[in-house]
Amino acid sequence: MSVQTWTFIIVGITFAIYIGVAIWARAGSTKEFYVAGGGVSPLANGMATAADWMSAASYLSMAGLISFMGYGGAQYLMGWTGGYVLLALLLAPYLRKFGKFTVPDFIGERYYSKTARLVALLCALLVSFTYVVGQMKGVGVAFARFLEVEFATGIFIGIAIVFFYAVLGGMKGITYTQVAQYCVLIFAFTVPAIFISLQMVGNPIPQVGFGGTMSDGTYLLDKLNKLNVDLGFSEYTSAGMEDRVNVFFVTAALMFGTAGLPHVIVRFFTVPKVKDARISAGYALLFIAILYTTAPAIATFARTNLIETVSNQPYDEMPAWFSKWEASKLISFEDKNNDHRIQYLADPTRNELTIDRDIMVLANPEIANLPAWVIALVVAGGLAAALSTAAGLLLVIATSISHDLLKKNLMPDISEKGELLAARIAIAVAVVGAGLAGLNPPGFVAQVVALAFGLAASSFFPAIILGIFDKRMNKEGAIAGMIVGILFTAAYIWYFKPQLGGPGTPEGYWFGIKPEGIGVIGMLINLAVSLLVSRFTAAPPQEIRDLVEDIRIPRGSSGPGLAH
Amino acid sequence: MSKQKAQEYWKKNLRYLTILLSIWFLVSYGCGILFAEPLNSIKMGGFPLGFWFAQQGAIYVFVLLIFIYVHLMNKLDKEFDVDEK
Repeated sequence: MSVQTWTFIIVGITFAIYIGVAIWARAGSTKEFYVAGGGVSPLANGMATAADWMSAASYLSMAGLISFMGYGGAQYLMGWTGGYVLLALLLAPYLRKFGKFTVPDFIGERYYSKTARLVALLCALLVSFTYVVGQMKGVGVAFARFLEVEFATGIFIGIAIVFFYAVLGGMKGITYTQVAQYCVLIFAFTVPAIFISLQMVGNPIPQVGFGGTMSDGTYLLDKLNKLNVDLGFSEYTSAGMEDRVNVFFVTAALMFGTAGLPHVIVRFFTVPKVKDARISAGYALLFIAILYTTAPAIATFARTNLIETVSNQPYDEMPAWFSKWEASKLISFEDKNNDHRIQYLADPTRNELTIDRDIMVLANPEIANLPAWVIALVVAGGLAAALSTAAGLLLVIATSISHDLLKKNLMPDISEKGELLAARIAIAVAVVGAGLAGLNPPGFVAQVVALAFGLAASSFFPAIILGIFDKRMNKEGAIAGMIVGILFTAAYIWYFKPQLGGPGTPEGYWFGIKPEGIGVIGMLINLAVSLLVSRFTAAPPQEIRDLVEDIRIPRGSSGPGLAH
Repeated sequence: MSKQKAQEYWKKNLRYLTILLSIWFLVSYGCGILFAEPLNSIKMGGFPLGFWFAQQGAIYVFVLLIFIYVHLMNKLDKEFDVDEK
């Protein structure tokens, strides 16, 4: 059977499963719609969180990025995993004890202020919407490339699928679909890696394999270092000084951003107990780590394979995958010195080969000559990754509107049924809106997605942490901190991002910090402003101090919605 | 639960957090970034050590830290009789 037939079969089966799960897990109440009834087992929640977290970017682009960056790729690996330690230790158990539905819920009640809730609501919408538009675009690209349909058709298929299970099932439908999606995507990601690891170093565990020796007895990484240096690139494993400053700041911005992202935090409202919130963060990270420790192995294998296959080889003898990706313009070759051989070099004036880093994961099974069903599986995995993340984000947007805006601000008397209907309409509008925006994304969106982390780090993270760990923190401090933090970060990003029209140049970076890493400084400014302002203004009322005392202790946790 | 006991529970919790987060910082920002270059001169099999911490080791330690934290807190909850029934 051809790859195409296999793809239709495997993708068809997985979609049938997602839809079946969605029908089985319909939501009957707002509590089920917002937090899956608060009854998800920690293990299932861990898997769902992992699928929610790992987007098309983690799945398709990250290994490719690392393979071109070498050591520096660690900023994504550590940045997108380390935040879960902060979540588990500093946020999840307390927010679960607090037991409401959303992040603006917590900010609004802890800081006894509608203004604080509104500021948080706006931040949540801004962060989630920029993020989801990128995901919808990813869904379109994935469908278009894999099923060989038009980009627009790809987005419409994506909208239809997400629409179905998100509108019907809310958080409950999304959670159980994500469990299935996690299984598909992790299987699809690791199977090719295992095959390739066996081929190259004879070790079935890729995480160990990329530190192993090749058939000629040399270590794979030593060999790759030498290949890189011979072509004029820096050593794959070396950590240059300049690298390290930005790796430090970008890693930190991603970590604190992770711990401040509303669609991640809200997952810990779905488990029954405080104890479950702690352990489910552990499961989530464990499931995420399986992919994140495999990715650098794939990066090393793919880079070595690529250089060995193309470098200084005759153009006419390239394997079939080369011309296939050339046709879709993701690889291009320009024979500058007319020797009909491919020169792949660091020096841009003599380099003849341009490669889109996204093809690394996709082309991997083909380069290694794996069977057609494995290639089809990778496709299904990519779609699972894109769909699961989009659904999780859309839910946050819908909840913000129906719960935080309607119920808590505009229409406090709305009935349970009315609120559920509003939530369904909000998510339907959000799905279609995000899809249309993804169809024709404003040029800056792709740039802004990565920066959503900086914005989350500089706004939510300090406000939540201080809300739990500093009893004296009051509304004046928190609101001032959030506003100054997010404005500073947004301004720096705008100023130094030419894509956003900012006038700054890299020479002007403060302490050499890239815009991607500035969220950490924004976070520190937020902390400083909050502490300073709070000490010069009135202490929070006694019932708020009691609330803080209460969330610090696990016993007596109520299901979310009981006090609703 | 008495106020004093609650304070004692919270203090112990904060001590666990300080220790665990120090390790968190040390393996990632320390071994994986700040000291990565000197550590790279040490080899662990085919891996330069700094590179290994940055792309593998730190992530393993992160997972371990959460499970250790869960274990410590479950014990502490029982000890202070604040666990959920």
